[in-house]
Amino acid sequence: MTEPLLKIDNLHISFSTRRGVVEAVRGVTLSVQEGEMLGLVGESGSGKSVTGFATTRLLDAAGRVTAGKILFRGQDVTKLSGDDIRHLRGAAMSMIFQNPRSALNPIRAIGTQIADAILTHKRISKNEAYAEALELLRAVQIRDPERRMAAYPHELSGGMCQRVMIAIAISCNPVLLIADEPTTGLDVTTQKVVMDLLAAIAAARGMATILITHDLGLATRYCRRIVVMEQGRLVEEAAPKRLFNAPQHAYTKRLVAASPTASSRIDDLVTEEERGPYVEACRKPKPPPAPGTPPLLVVHRLVKRFDQGAAAVADFSMTIAAGESVGLVGESGSGKSTTSRMICRLIDPSEGDIVFDGQAIGHVPARDFHRSPFRKDIHMVFQDPNESLNPRFTAFDCIAHPLMRLGNLRGGDALRQRVEECAQRVGLPADLLPRFPHQLSGGQKARVGIARAIACRPRLLVLDEPTAALDVSVQAVVLQLLDRLRREDDIALLFVSHDLNVVRMLCERTIVLRNGAIVEQGESRALFDNPKTDYTRELVEAIPHIEIETRLATAAL
Amino acid sequence: MSSLPALFGVLVFTFLLMRVLPGDPAVFFASGPNAGKEEVELIRKQLGLNKSIPEQLTLYLYDVGRGNLGRSMMTGQLVTKDLRERLPASLELTFTALLIALVSAVPLGVIAALKPGSIIDHSVRLFCALGVCVPTFVSGLLLIYVFYYLLGLAPDPTGRIDVFTSMPPSRTGFLMIDFLIAGDIDGWWAAFKQLILPALSMALFVIAPLARITRASMLVSLGSDFVRTARSVGLSWRHVVVTYALRNAILPVITIAGIVFSTMLGANVLVEKVFSWPGVASYALDALLSSDYAPVQGFVLLMASLFVLVNLAVDVCYGIADPRVTIE
Repeated sequence: MTEPLLKIDNLHISFSTRRGVVEAVRGVTLSVQEGEMLGLVGESGSGKSVTGFATTRLLDAAGRVTAGKILFRGQDVTKLSGDDIRHLRGAAMSMIFQNPRSALNPIRAIGTQIADAILTHKRISKNEAYAEALELLRAVQIRDPERRMAAYPHELSGGMCQRVMIAIAISCNPVLLIADEPTTGLDVTTQKVVMDLLAAIAAARGMATILITHDLGLATRYCRRIVVMEQGRLVEEAAPKRLFNAPQHAYTKRLVAASPTASSRIDDLVTEEERGPYVEACRKPKPPPAPGTPPLLVVHRLVKRFDQGAAAVADFSMTIAAGESVGLVGESGSGKSTTSRMICRLIDPSEGDIVFDGQAIGHVPARDFHRSPFRKDIHMVFQDPNESLNPRFTAFDCIAHPLMRLGNLRGGDALRQRVEECAQRVGLPADLLPRFPHQLSGGQKARVGIARAIACRPRLLVLDEPTAALDVSVQAVVLQLLDRLRREDDIALLFVSHDLNVVRMLCERTIVLRNGAIVEQGESRALFDNPKTDYTRELVEAIPHIEIETRLATAAL
Repeated sequence: MSSLPALFGVLVFTFLLMRVLPGDPAVFFASGPNAGKEEVELIRKQLGLNKSIPEQLTLYLYDVGRGNLGRSMMTGQLVTKDLRERLPASLELTFTALLIALVSAVPLGVIAALKPGSIIDHSVRLFCALGVCVPTFVSGLLLIYVFYYLLGLAPDPTGRIDVFTSMPPSRTGFLMIDFLIAGDIDGWWAAFKQLILPALSMALFVIAPLARITRASMLVSLGSDFVRTARSVGLSWRHVVVTYALRNAILPVITIAGIVFSTMLGANVLVEKVFSWPGVASYALDALLSSDYAPVQGFVLLMASLFVLVNLAVDVCYGIADPRVTIE
């Protein structure tokens, strides 16, 4: 065996923070061969990105390599001078980052940004650099590259920005590419296109790639070898098939179990102790609604136009029965969030009716809806648990606020009791209630968001990608919680998501949106197993599948 | 165009304010305290002050519409002429001060941001704090004391030019430019020496907000993802700091610079007084003290219009600096 391209040996990295020194990486040893694609998988805080950043010496000022070596072509990267490492970056190793839109300079044309990278390492003229940049744009399959050279990042979609980022990263033909969550935040279909492109380019140019991701499915699809990290340690290293079919380490087992697959059910995702005592009660199938019961929500021919542009939502109709769960899926820009916001009465529809519990609410202006008696009944859980909580409110205030406004509770013991009850129902320990959002973990914040939404006992809960920002194991618990709440309180759920696996598990019915119009709808299982339109098939096929033998996985639990 | 209603509001408001302030211009401008009732009445009639306030306002608006801002009782000249003579002096002073402030504040802010928490960062902070704490007239007097009285480097602080130099032919009204056009280097140097101290004392006062905002937005910029990207492809340190970080960080600085400029225009009355600078602000102050309505109203109108222009200029700068902003 030849000397590996990159060899990380017993790496330790610690960060000095206000609360003292935090060890982010504790003894990682791994190697990457030339031309190989290695998957580095773990949840947030596992130290996978930190390892990647240490390799290119891009750690924050607070981070320090305390022990170990990073040998790149036999050279210890950690001991290189600032100038030497600068010559390696871009020319020999480069990175692709998570959020492509913010990773590009917003006020510099993309062609110039690519040329900047080329001119740093090659002694060629500006014009030649621009010509090369144009070639690169062509290589990453950007349509109409001549015109795009002068475009700014805000004029491109997220997927396009990521292609530009790839073009910058490969501009000087590095031998090692570190892709840090390159497709997180992109649509499933875009994700597939971008990853296929990245894999093809890496293979064609013989670049070794480290794919850092939290998505096991993605890593299995593209990597031959996967290493799993947990809390700064490397817990398992294996070929993807073996990793999924026979995970050795307890953490890998949990991770594999929590990753939704084509066939998993919500209860499969979590372990016994996470499931809690409610399970048996909710396992019982729901009795079918008595015939002739009017649906809880009827949406009739909803249209939304922004300014003079084309309709964001065109002719959208649906119904939800009490206690039913409906999924709304589609790519970004398909109008699913706009639709959910109209139903929540946060924005006004341009045309159409929304009838809730027999009363038309579509004509009530969104500004005044907070005075409507129905405000109590329709609540929303937002996408990003970090951004949707007021940073100056404690968890208690967040949950208490809707109760005070809508529940006519004016403080005192009654309010405290209700808040604690809500917290308990979503599994939030009462001693976390006085904390502020920044003192809570992502999963805990998600729970606060849900507790706030169910505080007034709504009858319809609209969830806008509630788990998109969460780790899979946390997502599993949150999904299970939502399903339980739905069954206990008979809350109807409208679940907006681009994660089809999740929708398949949680929702009885699914509606597929594209460009503001309904493409297909029906029973979730039937719709996913047997899509009728090409668009839905494309969406379903784009999900990274984990080829897993269900029997073995269940046994592993 | 959208600023016209605001300008109109300013006009009416100032007019009314002047009328409710105590002090009777007719009494003030009569020959002396012993002037008889008839004499005062006569002046009042001449000034049109015997008419009702709505009537006066209509007449005033009519005049303003024709570009006539009235006549100053103090100088006996048309207000427009007075303002036109004095505005370049104020503008020259303010522009120079702003230039000095920007040229020193931006690098200070950048240096502070590159090494947050270091000695340099703290000394920049201390310097800025001192600049804000000391009122402009105090720093002006201090500068005069040191450079004129102690060191004898600066000329005596008596206006835009010393008595031995002759004025250049007026083209722009900006002495620095007029001397250059005339090719008179000695004159330019003389005017420059007169200008530098008042400009410096004004600049000291505004360096603080500019440096602080540069530091803050530079810190954000340096910590941003695109700077990390730039570093990840090995761009040189200078390229990263100047082209990537600073160009993005400069946007809020432009906004603050616009606000600072407008504030300085009005607030430089203290410096103008200390250095006997013949600017519009000291002119308006004198008029206000002697209940001379027309110059004050003209001054406020001028300031409001300048404010509008400055905002427009800031918007244009923004459009150039940031491709995400489009100007209609």
